Amino acid sequence: MKHLAKEGIRPLEASQKTNGKKWNLIEKLFLGLTLDQYVSQFIRNKFNWLLGIIFVIGIPVIIYRFIFGLGAVTHASYDYPWGLFLGFGLFCMVPLSASGFMLGTAVEIFGRHDFEPIERLALLNGLLGYLFAVVYLLVDLGQPWRLGYPMFYSFGPAAVLFLVGWHVATYLSVQVAEVSTSFFEWIGWPRAKQFIRKGAVGLTVSGIILSTLHQGALGALFVYAPGKIHPLWYSAPFQWLHFFVSSIPGGLCMVIAVSTVVIKTMSWRCDERFIKNLDKLTISLGKGASMGLITYLVIKLIAVAHENEWVYLTTGWGAWWLLEIFVGVVLPLFLFAYGIHHKRVGLVRLAAFVTIAGIVLNRLNTALITFNWKLYQEVPHVFEVIISITIFAIYIATYRFILNRLPILYAWKAQPVDATAKESVAVGSTLDQEQELPAGA
Amino acid sequence: MSKISRRRFLAGSLAGCAAVMAAPTSKALASGNLAGFPDGMGVLVDLTRCVGCRSCEAACNKEQKLPAPDQPFDDYSVFDQTFHHGTQKRRPTEKAYTVVNRYESKQSDKPVYRKIQCNHCNEPACLTSCFVGAYTKTKEGAVIYNSKVCVGCRNCMIACPFHVPAYSYSSATDPVVKKCIFCYDTRVKHGKPPACVEICPTQALVFGKRAELLKIARERIERHPGKYQDEIYGEKEVGGTSWLYLSGVPFEDVGFDTTLQKEPIINNVKDFLATVPMVLAIWPALFTGFHLLSTKGKSHGDEDQHAEQHEGGEQ
Repeated sequence: MKHLAKEGIRPLEASQKTNGKKWNLIEKLFLGLTLDQYVSQFIRNKFNWLLGIIFVIGIPVIIYRFIFGLGAVTHASYDYPWGLFLGFGLFCMVPLSASGFMLGTAVEIFGRHDFEPIERLALLNGLLGYLFAVVYLLVDLGQPWRLGYPMFYSFGPAAVLFLVGWHVATYLSVQVAEVSTSFFEWIGWPRAKQFIRKGAVGLTVSGIILSTLHQGALGALFVYAPGKIHPLWYSAPFQWLHFFVSSIPGGLCMVIAVSTVVIKTMSWRCDERFIKNLDKLTISLGKGASMGLITYLVIKLIAVAHENEWVYLTTGWGAWWLLEIFVGVVLPLFLFAYGIHHKRVGLVRLAAFVTIAGIVLNRLNTALITFNWKLYQEVPHVFEVIISITIFAIYIATYRFILNRLPILYAWKAQPVDATAKESVAVGSTLDQEQELPAGA
Repeated sequence: MSKISRRRFLAGSLAGCAAVMAAPTSKALASGNLAGFPDGMGVLVDLTRCVGCRSCEAACNKEQKLPAPDQPFDDYSVFDQTFHHGTQKRRPTEKAYTVVNRYESKQSDKPVYRKIQCNHCNEPACLTSCFVGAYTKTKEGAVIYNSKVCVGCRNCMIACPFHVPAYSYSSATDPVVKKCIFCYDTRVKHGKPPACVEICPTQALVFGKRAELLKIARERIERHPGKYQDEIYGEKEVGGTSWLYLSGVPFEDVGFDTTLQKEPIINNVKDFLATVPMVLAIWPALFTGFHLLSTKGKSHGDEDQHAEQHEGGEQ
């Protein structure tokens, strides 16, 4: 797309063409490019090749899983019933998708309209993260076609997973509604958009309630396994708070990370408003994330103190725990502090990536690595790794497909755009961005 | 007419709502306070009597119509099997609901054998963690499982403190949890002892009411002070189990987890009192955050709910 942008071709961003005619759906899907232009830019993009290779290897493995069962792609372990699909797919994707309710709250509840340029990205990040967490779940469930049973057929309401199931399902529909405004703009149904917008505050509030509970409930799921999870990662009273509180920096840092990837790889799709505001917003998000992180650090230490588990810190597992805390929490805190204070956006971005790694490490530690710490370690089956990577690649492809089209990174224009006038702005802003890179990184 | 039907409709829907609201509460209460049914049955396993003949394994295999074993039941070389680099002995699987393992203990000249199967907890963690209610603790003491509603999340396997439930991963279309069901359908429901107990040649297994088994166990400990450990494994572990164990050697020597909590596992999930210090720790930052968010927004001076419609003027 960069090549086309240099040639002065703007991607579709308005309901009407410059000649006043409306774009049709096919043209919208092709970003307003001709078929030749679309195909050539598609092939030129090396990332598509990478995705293609992953799909060629991974999709047959996924089909293989559904034909021959879970036993064919996992170690079929009785001691590690949850592997990478849930350990990574569910327990890591969900906290990293807390962005939707965080930014929704900031904009809709607290009236922080300065966050608006990035609100839709945060909402989409939330929706897709949850959606693909469910995809991972469908691959992992023994009988995925019964996913609706706890909703409609057979109830186990005293179980934490019952709460998770209901809340994730409800929250998913809330997020579909929240993101649908962009879709309605794009497809051209203004009335549907207005209808949803009227309920924006209600949707956001229900998002906060549902998120608080199910983010926490994912932690509470592990409270069922005392003795299996290493005591440093297990805390009956506080597990839900650890998961909930860490999801706040997790979600915010994911927005920083995704916006970083977006601005580096597809700035052609971002409008002026997004590009101009991004640095300031990154720092603001960094502030929120560091506040979440410091709270998380405090309650992690309180949990150790509460159960008087200090003695474990001198063991090998203790060293691993300290590593997780120092690399995943303390290090990003320092990076955030320095980056925010000196307005170094690059450092804030680095801190966000480190935080995400820290959250992922924490969830993997809880679900897999320190799980059964008294037994043996299990290394996931190679097919399990391939399927996990493939689903993540589908996630990225879907993410990009939507970002390319829907008005997430740019504002939809009801009126056509003067291509030449916009082009100079686009090129100018790209240059700004390039000049800033060395300073930032 | 229309009014009546509307009223009826409202009444009906209210009743429906009430039913939906009431159902979870009663279930939640039941699962929270279940201290075992008074007449629940159990099995007392006396490890000092077990000779490791594996006939219980064979009887279980036959009763539950399980597939033929890889090695015949009179092959005692299975006791030498270890898994995962020697860290694990045999465990119940989808093909064997019970296994007997051999242990060496410094406190005993002879090897000690231990039968492993579902312990049928008074407050089963598998039951309380199941989001479709696939598990039932029957009044006879059995923890049974309904494969027809199981979604296959395997949370029960995470929750079971004894690592008992196995899963038929090899099935693509109908994988289910496989575990000892106390021969509920075929025997215990009709007052008959489970197959393993019936076949035991040394009376290492005794079937009876759990309350009476506890008395028998205490009597044995008192009558033979040097012979037994002064403990009944399963009396208090995770809220008590229907299967109880007596041992001559320390329980940890024969593979028992002696670090298990005494309260039911569901109690951990209920522990909300401890949220108080959390609230103290979180609220300062949370509300500082709220404050910053709401005041800074005002200084930017954009109060419009639909700012995206005129974003041109925003910058």
